[in-house]
Amino acid sequence: MPAVTEREVVASERRWGLFVAATIAVIFAAIVWSAIAMGLSPPSNGAIIDPKTLHLSREFTEANLGTSVTPDGAVVARIVTAQFQFTPACLVVPAGRPVALRFSSPDVIHGILIQGTNANTMVVPGYISQVTTVFRHAGDLLMPCHEFCGLGHSQMIANVRVVPPADFRPGPDGRVACAHR
Amino acid sequence: MEGWPVLTVRRLTLAHLWVAFATFGLAVILGVWQMWARSPLPAPWHSPANYYLSVTAHGVSMAYVLTTFFIMGFGYFVAETSLQRALPGKTWAWLAFWAGIVGVAMTVASILSGRASVLYTFYPPMTATPWFYIGLVLVVGASWIWCVLMIVAMATWKRENPGRPVPLAMYATVANAVMWLWTTVGVAAELLFQVIPVAFGWTQLIDVGLARTLFSWTLHPIVYFWLLPAYVAFYTLAPRAAGGRLFSDTMGRLSFILFLLYSLPVGLHHLFMDPEHSTGFKFLQMTLTVLVTVPTLLTIFTVPASLEIAGRLRGGKGLFGWIGALPWERPMVLATGLAFFMLWFGGFGGVINMSLAMNAMVHNTSWVTAHFHLIFGGTVVIMYFAIAYEIWPTLQGRAFASTKLLNLQLWLWAIGMMVMTIPWHVLGLGGQWRRVASFNYADPRIAGWGPWVVVSLIGGLILLAAAVLFIVNLASLRRATIDTAPPPFRYAVAVHPPTRVPAILNGFWFWNLCVAALMAAAYGFPILHGLAMHAPGAMAHRMGGG
Repeated sequence: MPAVTEREVVASERRWGLFVAATIAVIFAAIVWSAIAMGLSPPSNGAIIDPKTLHLSREFTEANLGTSVTPDGAVVARIVTAQFQFTPACLVVPAGRPVALRFSSPDVIHGILIQGTNANTMVVPGYISQVTTVFRHAGDLLMPCHEFCGLGHSQMIANVRVVPPADFRPGPDGRVACAHR
Repeated sequence: MEGWPVLTVRRLTLAHLWVAFATFGLAVILGVWQMWARSPLPAPWHSPANYYLSVTAHGVSMAYVLTTFFIMGFGYFVAETSLQRALPGKTWAWLAFWAGIVGVAMTVASILSGRASVLYTFYPPMTATPWFYIGLVLVVGASWIWCVLMIVAMATWKRENPGRPVPLAMYATVANAVMWLWTTVGVAAELLFQVIPVAFGWTQLIDVGLARTLFSWTLHPIVYFWLLPAYVAFYTLAPRAAGGRLFSDTMGRLSFILFLLYSLPVGLHHLFMDPEHSTGFKFLQMTLTVLVTVPTLLTIFTVPASLEIAGRLRGGKGLFGWIGALPWERPMVLATGLAFFMLWFGGFGGVINMSLAMNAMVHNTSWVTAHFHLIFGGTVVIMYFAIAYEIWPTLQGRAFASTKLLNLQLWLWAIGMMVMTIPWHVLGLGGQWRRVASFNYADPRIAGWGPWVVVSLIGGLILLAAAVLFIVNLASLRRATIDTAPPPFRYAVAVHPPTRVPAILNGFWFWNLCVAALMAAAYGFPILHGLAMHAPGAMAHRMGGG
């Protein structure tokens, strides 16, 4: 019912104020809970690398790109995002186990998402971006560049081939590539 | 009281608003063509070069030209009509107008040359011709003059009226001017110290992480700069148009102060998916982002409470009966209702975006495009329409013969906006990524998007019809023969009009100190850390091979 006196106005505002406080407390709690309990945090890698000499760096030389399995069994994929293609343009990853995806750019800003997953990061020249995700189902997923990077941006799309664990067979050097399947 | 009660800023306001709305009309046409180009239907002139030229022009027109010129023009009008005294410094105001025009001309010429297709958010190390950035700096410089004029107008009035509360409409306009001065520091630093030297070729390398950080400083509060005139209308025009009173003047002041405080130290939430910042600082700014919902939550109480008074005065009964009793045939009331409706959807999307973890699901997808088109088109621009309809009779000295076409125009805009953005939300959740000139619908993973994109194109066409009708409506008043001089322009009166307010709610001195402290906490370390890290620079990539 309408508030008329100044006291009624203030009292109704106080009630609404409590409601607002409760609302934002719930929103905030949901965000913090999802971050902590579900282990979700943004890709804040922070490592720097010189974009001008990326191809000469130990990590992002051409021979070191693509999916590899380290001796302790961790799966790491390294991808260079450059105007206007991914290297490699096709990536093989196993379903059901964590995969760390590491990206860097020698030229301008790019970004990636993998369709149907929560894998999403910007790729900023000067930095190494990293996202870790678990792919649930086997299949071919789109991995487009999602940040405007020049006139060829729309053509910059890679393929992520998620294979069942049994079909994920690294070679003797620990590497897996699309062509080798 | 020189000049008043004759409106001395009539031509000044009209000049600004016509520039704003003419640019807006052209930008809508570009937007529709972009939707067409992205759809499975064959579009004329379709090439990546044309597409990104168009996206750049659309973004620059909507985000920088429509908004800045509208806000300046409306600000001059509010300063004179709410303070009821002639605007001081009109020569400066005209100087700012022409500086802005020169800036827009330089920017438009740069975009048309094809050497500035870097979108309105720049993305260094991509580099446009320097004249693109210098043109925009001129527009921002013009808005700085406006800010100073707004502050001077309020200060002069306070000196002449010691102890009296500054009218809420003016207090809110100055809050926006003060906020805008803080807001533009980030982008000005990015352009003047990083981008323009590279664009001229004086330097070759750019620290991209730092550039993104500085741009994020501006990127969030700029949205509130666009939005606050809509809130000025919610608080000071809608209750009066509905025939009611403002529920609480103090709550209005508090909301605008909270916008000033919390819209600034939150821009890092645009960089959640970036590698150059730690999760800690992203978390801090996310927490502050949660608080920026408070002034909006206060507004969705105070403004409906004000309208409720109007509805009950008009005989509305019961818990919801007052809503039906409101004079929905008045454009300001209708626009406020539609804006609130769209604010729910846009605000809901925004809460998802700011969630540290859920952001990964939607970052750089069409979901984000849908969110900001709903907030900007659905809440900001629809209120710009309503404000124009409200003040045009005063500016032209004529009254609208009928509001039918005005209301039709508002409905078309709201319907078009919903038809356009619902598919975008769906597509964004499906992983449709942003800034794409064309999709390969032959790919089975993309083919299913086609029908949704066509629906959003239909929404775009409805928006275009609404934009055309808007211009026609305004122009018709210019040609109308009925000369019924409208009554003097009035703002909503509070239920309990304030006779005195504490100095803290009548100025911005204290709040500026608070902003300085918040910005030092939120941005001081990320910027210093960025500088100290000496991240390797990236080579400039010049658009159009210039």
